[in-house]
Amino acid sequence: MSVRYSFDLKIKNLVTCLALGSVLALAACGSAPRATGINDPYEAGNRKVHAFNRGLDRAIVRPVANTYGKTTPSPARRAISNVAETLGLPATILNDVLQLRIADAGANTFRFLVNATFGLAGTIDVATEAGIAENPSDFGETLYTWGVGEGAYVELPVLGPSTVRATTGMVVDLITNPLNNVFDGTDRAGATGAGVLAKVDDRYEARELIDEVLYESEDSYSQTRLLYLQNRRFNLTGEQDLDISDLYDDIYGPE
Amino acid sequence: MLNRRQFTVSLAASAATATALPAFALSGGQAEKLVASAVSDINKIIASGKSQSRMIADFERVFNRYADVYFIALVTLGPARRTASKAEVDAYVKAFRGYFTRKYGKRFNEFVGGEIKVNGSRKVKKDIQVDTTARLRGQSPFNVTWLVSDRSGSAKISNIIIEGINTLTSERTEIGAMLDRRGGSVARLAADLRKLG
Repeated sequence: MSVRYSFDLKIKNLVTCLALGSVLALAACGSAPRATGINDPYEAGNRKVHAFNRGLDRAIVRPVANTYGKTTPSPARRAISNVAETLGLPATILNDVLQLRIADAGANTFRFLVNATFGLAGTIDVATEAGIAENPSDFGETLYTWGVGEGAYVELPVLGPSTVRATTGMVVDLITNPLNNVFDGTDRAGATGAGVLAKVDDRYEARELIDEVLYESEDSYSQTRLLYLQNRRFNLTGEQDLDISDLYDDIYGPE
Repeated sequence: MLNRRQFTVSLAASAATATALPAFALSGGQAEKLVASAVSDINKIIASGKSQSRMIADFERVFNRYADVYFIALVTLGPARRTASKAEVDAYVKAFRGYFTRKYGKRFNEFVGGEIKVNGSRKVKKDIQVDTTARLRGQSPFNVTWLVSDRSGSAKISNIIIEGINTLTSERTEIGAMLDRRGGSVARLAADLRKLG
């Protein structure tokens, strides 16, 4: 596929999505109901998946991540993760547009252009140095912006903790990724490989926390669910549930 | 008994702080100072290059000095705090202190070379929420929120929230699961906590 053709295609996609985005934004003006507590009707099945994921991590993911972390120097690992992040940017920009976050779409477009060129095909994160930090998004967030509720908690095989809304978003992102039409053959394999290695690097960088949650906690399923939901809700809403005044009254007595 | 003596010294120090400030009006500035001071003391421990067990002992002193240990321990214990005897609860609070400092103290190497910038504070009901940004080596900056309250009688940190992940609720889930597995026995929980973390 010629570069010219793929560029035209991208512009065409972008225009279609912009139009679609404004229609949908008008159609769904409500905001998502505030998600609190734990909604886990599939707990029995989720726990089985969790046991499988934990076994997979112990047998394969953790040893691979630790080997990758110890044998590959940090700058090389970061370069690969930067490439994966850069390749994810067109999908993020698409979602920024669908959420009518024009400033974010602009910043992420700048990140993409600068990192893909001056950052030597995405290996160096020049944009962050220039003050435009990573600000990812996904179709799960788009659904949240459109007023779709969080849905039940689910733990997915291999992929880990999620919600019905976030999982739907992942599927849509996979299908609509603007780069789907750009890469084929070895390029596509390379892009997928960079994505997998970035996840492996995340596992290595967060090994202390992940090992503690998975192997030292009394109920690793509940702990994983809690950490995922709190972090995901914070990333979407920027709100954190802090109010412990009632507990103060309970413990020290009301004033 | 070195620990106990130092504990008494730090208790006296915090009592002095408490009397210097009116207990009913904790200001944002005071809460920010408390957080900055706790961060600076923890950074000193990390930079000391001592062995892990010495660092954990130092961290336990800092934890006693700045954190509302009694409140944190009781919240994480949950409803069982009402049914257990006073002796059981006291033993639990003591065991929790050690468990908590060992658990988090052994992860200090993740924070080497890191820094925390205080961004500001706001009042949340009777307490103060202090917002900070943490920058650790090779990681994107992330949000850390501290809750400071003087409801115990002096200004103390009662909760830390990292990118939305609430330490109190996370520990409450953990302790709750431990208690369930021990048939709800606070005495057995306390005995096992002394070995954990």
